[in-house]
Amino acid sequence: MSVDLTTTYLGLELKNPLVASSTPMTGTLDGVRRLEEAGIGAIVLPSVFEEEIEHEAMEMQRLMERGTDSFAESLSGYFPEFEDYATRTESYLRHITEAREAVTIPVIGSLNGTTNGGWVNYAKRIEDAGADALELNVYLIPTDPETVGAEIEQRYLDLVWEVNEQVSIPVAVKVGPYFSSLPNMAVRLTEAGADAIVLFNRFYQPDIDLVELEVEPRVDLSSSQDLLLPLRWVALLTGRVDADFAVTSGVHTAADVIKSLLVGADVAMMASALLKNGAGHAATVLAEMEAWLDEHEYASVDQLRGSMAVGTAPNPDAFVRANYMKMLVTYTNPWV
Amino acid sequence: MTIIEAPTRTVLTVDGNEAAASVAYRTNEVLAIYPITPSSPMGEHADAWSNQGRPNIWGNIPDVIEMQSEAGAAGAVHGAIQGGALTGTFTASQGLLLMIPNMFKIAGELTPAVFHVAARSVATHALSIFGDHSDVMATRGTGWALLSSNSVQEAHDMAAIAQMATLESRIPFLHFFDGFRTSHEVNMIEEISDDDLRSLIPIDGVIAHRERRMDPDKPVLRGTAQNPDVFFQAREACNRFYEATPDIVQRAMDRFADRIGRAYHLFDYVGAPDATEVMVMMGSGVGAAEEAVRALVEQGEKVGLVKVRLFRPFSTEALIAALPSTVETIAVLDRTKEPGAIGEPLFQDVLTVVAEETQLGRTSWANPPRVIGGRYGLSSKEFTPAMAAGVFDEARKEDPKRRFTVGIVDDVTHLSIEPRADFETGREAQVRAVFYGLGADGTVGANKNTVKIVGDETALYAQGYFVYDSRKSGSMTTSHVRFDPSPIEATYLIDDATFVACHQFEFVHKVDVLAKAGKGSTFLLNSPYGPDEVWGELPSDVQREIIDKELAFYVVDATSVARDAGLGQRTNTVLQTCFFALAELMPQDEAIGSIKKAIKKSYSKFGDVVVEKNFAAVDGAVENLHRVAVPSEVTSTIAMRRTVPADAPDFVQRVTAMMLEDRGDQLPVSALPVDGTFMTGTTQYEKRSIAVDIPIFDPEICIECAKCALVCPHAAIRMKVFEPSALEGAPDTFKTRGFRSRELPDHLMSIQVSPDDCTGCGVCVDVCPAKSKTEVKHKALNMEPKLDHLDIERTNWDFFTTIPEPPRDQFKLATVKGSQMLEPLFEFSGACAGCGETPYVKLVSQLFGDRLVVANATGCSSIYGGNLPTTPWRTNDEGRGPVWSNSLFEDNAEFGLGMRLAIDMETAEARRLLEGMSGVVGEDLVTSILEADQSGPAGIAAQRSHIAELTAKLADIDGEEARRLEVVVGALVDRSVWIMGGDGWAYDIGFGGLDHAIASGKNINILVLDTEVYSNTGGQASKATPRAAVAKFAAGGKATAKKDLGQIAMSYGNVYVAHIAIGANNTQAVKAIAEAESYPGPSLVIAYSTCIAHGIDMERSMSHQVDLVASGYWPLYRFDPRLAEQGKHPFKVDSRPPTIPFAEVAAKEARYAVLSRVNPTHAAELMAEAQKDIDTRWDLYQEFTEIDWVGGDDGEES
Repeated sequence: MSVDLTTTYLGLELKNPLVASSTPMTGTLDGVRRLEEAGIGAIVLPSVFEEEIEHEAMEMQRLMERGTDSFAESLSGYFPEFEDYATRTESYLRHITEAREAVTIPVIGSLNGTTNGGWVNYAKRIEDAGADALELNVYLIPTDPETVGAEIEQRYLDLVWEVNEQVSIPVAVKVGPYFSSLPNMAVRLTEAGADAIVLFNRFYQPDIDLVELEVEPRVDLSSSQDLLLPLRWVALLTGRVDADFAVTSGVHTAADVIKSLLVGADVAMMASALLKNGAGHAATVLAEMEAWLDEHEYASVDQLRGSMAVGTAPNPDAFVRANYMKMLVTYTNPWV
Repeated sequence: MTIIEAPTRTVLTVDGNEAAASVAYRTNEVLAIYPITPSSPMGEHADAWSNQGRPNIWGNIPDVIEMQSEAGAAGAVHGAIQGGALTGTFTASQGLLLMIPNMFKIAGELTPAVFHVAARSVATHALSIFGDHSDVMATRGTGWALLSSNSVQEAHDMAAIAQMATLESRIPFLHFFDGFRTSHEVNMIEEISDDDLRSLIPIDGVIAHRERRMDPDKPVLRGTAQNPDVFFQAREACNRFYEATPDIVQRAMDRFADRIGRAYHLFDYVGAPDATEVMVMMGSGVGAAEEAVRALVEQGEKVGLVKVRLFRPFSTEALIAALPSTVETIAVLDRTKEPGAIGEPLFQDVLTVVAEETQLGRTSWANPPRVIGGRYGLSSKEFTPAMAAGVFDEARKEDPKRRFTVGIVDDVTHLSIEPRADFETGREAQVRAVFYGLGADGTVGANKNTVKIVGDETALYAQGYFVYDSRKSGSMTTSHVRFDPSPIEATYLIDDATFVACHQFEFVHKVDVLAKAGKGSTFLLNSPYGPDEVWGELPSDVQREIIDKELAFYVVDATSVARDAGLGQRTNTVLQTCFFALAELMPQDEAIGSIKKAIKKSYSKFGDVVVEKNFAAVDGAVENLHRVAVPSEVTSTIAMRRTVPADAPDFVQRVTAMMLEDRGDQLPVSALPVDGTFMTGTTQYEKRSIAVDIPIFDPEICIECAKCALVCPHAAIRMKVFEPSALEGAPDTFKTRGFRSRELPDHLMSIQVSPDDCTGCGVCVDVCPAKSKTEVKHKALNMEPKLDHLDIERTNWDFFTTIPEPPRDQFKLATVKGSQMLEPLFEFSGACAGCGETPYVKLVSQLFGDRLVVANATGCSSIYGGNLPTTPWRTNDEGRGPVWSNSLFEDNAEFGLGMRLAIDMETAEARRLLEGMSGVVGEDLVTSILEADQSGPAGIAAQRSHIAELTAKLADIDGEEARRLEVVVGALVDRSVWIMGGDGWAYDIGFGGLDHAIASGKNINILVLDTEVYSNTGGQASKATPRAAVAKFAAGGKATAKKDLGQIAMSYGNVYVAHIAIGANNTQAVKAIAEAESYPGPSLVIAYSTCIAHGIDMERSMSHQVDLVASGYWPLYRFDPRLAEQGKHPFKVDSRPPTIPFAEVAAKEARYAVLSRVNPTHAAELMAEAQKDIDTRWDLYQEFTEIDWVGGDDGEES
């Protein structure tokens, strides 16, 4: 018996719920093609960053025009003039178009930033370049002790609203877990225009270089252990927030995908496992997932999805405080 | 110029270079080019158009090829025209001189071609990049037609007429216009369309040219060698072509007039039909002269002007026809000088015509006019209507000066004549604006933009001309911008402005920015002080001028507005908006709309963010613009800042200070040296104080590594080691620490910045490795706001300079720390902030400065090393120091080799004389001098001491031999000959000479400051440019690998070669330079020099080199033939095998990164090739180190 793996995410028909998350692999056409060949359901392209857009444009102008009209022998500056300094973001837009043409699976563009402003225009340009949907990745580190949480939340909402205004394609919002009330925030994000919520983003974290005594940002690959946090929150939000859900962070195996679907995610996004094992890993995961579903007599992914969310799980308390209690008990028993 | 009709054509706002290049590009098939100021932009335009795939009028994309020199360009042109291609080039000055041999050939073979020349002074007593006709006049004998343009429009028109005429006449044409005044003046011109050009260019001539090509289907032989029997006759065989050319040119001008509507003649006359005084001249000065003539004629004076268009072949008939029969005196003005000649060329020609035509009775004048000749405008010296009027005044005198100069005061030979006092033509443009800005603040760019906006969007005509000083960092720019309802042909600077803007507040303290402000004009000042505070911050002189001239005074804090908008120091957009608001050239809303449109056009190619930030600056400008209520009395007690200190030498006080105050034009002839010889060390008197932040020393943290002093491009931060007693009288603020040294125990050390000489580049702080244990961001040096520390650090610096230098023989010199304990004898140059070249130059001056002889190739190093007003090479306390000279660009190795030969000869003479006098001066002394070991500082010191003893003895000895020995005795101390220059010299134009010099075996040291592009002329590719890097003339990324100059030099076997990067490995760099100098044969040191043309943050100028070396891109090595003599391998690689991919490092340089944006596929291909270049070279070097070395010839001892 064959299992129906199809699913919908952001209104897009996916042949299965395994999505390649935003990684360097989705940044090359070759990578995109290999992922499709491996059977992946959709791909999210690497993010174009607000800081990158701004910094790159200003730097390119500064460096290209430095020295211009200053010294009588080199008035035209030190570089030939080009008609268009297609910045990295321009190459990114080209990549969207080429990726869209190279594969038949949905291609999701990704935009990363924290403030509203001119750079948000890139949302529209991502749409124009052919993206089927847009993932807006927001990761805001509050640093000002005077800023209250509500202001920070409002910035998220304003940004989502503004991006949503720019485009007609569906918008997913990828956030971190650090909200006082994630459920409330999720509701407000959907009210601001988010069609899906992606839980959770992983970013560079500061590390210290002990040789140079410098702060160095770094990012490590995830492990299945990282899955537990998004699992809990998708379980809590499914059915309570009118949005699609994607689990990202810690999706490495077929089991991880299945768990994500059980708690209610529409898709599970994979990044580290693909980088570690190659695009072909997707085929393995899909085969194992299908085998599991078959073995457990599931007819479709739809049937499975959300069957262990907070409203459908046999022991929903485990998703909230009881979860903590249980762990303590486990660790202290039987010697205490 | 007479307007016959006014057909509707596209109006362009361009400069003279673009105007000429536009026609040259569209009417040629091959353009062989080489950069030289001020013609480089013509080649750059052509190269850019070719890269964009723009076709010529026949649909072909011209092939634009950069050559290794102008001589090479002329050779390529010669070949291409022999091959039948329509071919041209662009050049100036020395470049044109290098083309002369081929010009003789091309003309001798009657081959059509056009060279477009932005006429520039030929270097004589000094180099000058500015405009006159000395280069063009040097080509008079070549047989080329010489056609002059006098304005931007004419540069466009004559380019076409030259192309028409050359094809018809077969005589090659040199079309010239004045460098800078025309080549760089931005004006509005009517464009000659492609259709126009197709209609004008004689296709028969094109076909005939093609048919004369070298074609194996129709073989001929050209370029024979001829003997006395026929050469002469054959040389005369071309005469008919020259006889026909003036008529051909006139016909071309007539056809041009028919089609385009602008009529020209071989000689155009303007003025009174019955003029008695007539001036004859050519070039941009005609604009000022014509303005004067029209005004004088209106005032009833009988004067006129003959504008020369075709100078060669010279048409006697046309000149006579142009002159009014009433003329009594002809004043011929030449923009050149031919010392020793009876007169300058145009004068001589006119005089010959007048004399001969009078002799032959072919004139209509009752009495033959007298002809007087004058020089004007050398090196872009101003020529104004008042000077033209002065020439007429002189001509009218009963006994005028037969030879004169105008525009200067000659108090030596008294040739100069006076301009007419208080002369105004009444024809000045309605709006005359002068703007003072910094190169870095975008003032000139904004004004060019304003000229374009007004030209494009109003009924007004617009003109812009821009003046720059000679520094590469902190340079001041002055913009002269005119707007008027009538076309603007004024070819001189504004001195009676209706609007003056000072875009940098500190200028009001050191430059008389209101000198050019007219009565009742508007003054806009970028001021950190608001309208209520600013008055109290102005010097009293400035207040006086504002009151006396009744100026409408406005302030805007453009710096804050720009910073708030995210534009950093680029205040241009803010101040441009304020100008429009005040000048009322168009309604404010329209003006703002136009500025924004222009911003969008200029910046959207970089991204919307840049556009938005500039929009924000526009919006913030007007609301921050305030009128200042001007009090009726001067209230300030602030004096203008003294230009040079009171204790500066007399020459600096009298002459240098005038130049610094922008009053150099007022210096008389007597103030200047007769032969171009100047005192050294004058930068120390010019306290430019351009840094915003300066490094502040924390002695608690310092580890005494001396890296800061080593890398400082301006010698503005220094280390000094001294005994504690030297601290007597030190200010309390002076910082020291105990010096950790076995050689100099119980000494103290200090690191001190000269706050007024620092450029604030931050390189010293970037390389500083010493970090605080409790606050890691705090280093031994930290950039802090200058104004917070200025007074203290000035006092500290003044004290620091009084501390005696340590004796050179008490520590190891050839180490990083040792070298930095030595006084730099190269300081405070005008090089770019963060310059990668100057640390090497400074290091050489520290190690060998007191016996250093420098031959410097033309380029950045000759500009920051020798461009007036102030120069950085200086003397030590004993009065010794580097002696420096610049010959040319192409001959520097030969120049330095010649110096070596002279020194060797002098040393030999001294030794011979000394040996002969041993009986008189004492055998012991002679032996100790002749056998002295001068390999170290102690030996040098001992030798100097012996020579002092000898000199004292010689004074008491009579006889010619003693006198002759006295003169050459100094040469008994080893001289250190250094030949310095950039990669454009070493790899390209001077490579042949460099190759020959190192092959000579002579004891010379060559330092190649390798920036991998022609930095001085704006970043054109050289053969040192690496593959994949974008440069001018390599806009698509350089497709070929960099030449391995070191390997070529090593192939001789007896040349010391080092490849160094001072920022990557300080120790290896210092060691290599010391080894090179000690090697008694030829040495070549190739030094990686970071440049702003690489597109990196110059603060990381040095630390970036670490990555370059780690990638294998710049391997470090030394090849020392002395090791081979000891049976060791002479080649040693000093850097480690590559550890990081080149692409990773290249991404940090805009010269590579830009290509990955503009053409990512090609960039990836080139980058892969570039990586292969690195890998292959590394493997090759490794293999080289592994071969059994058999050695080469010994270097010649000298």
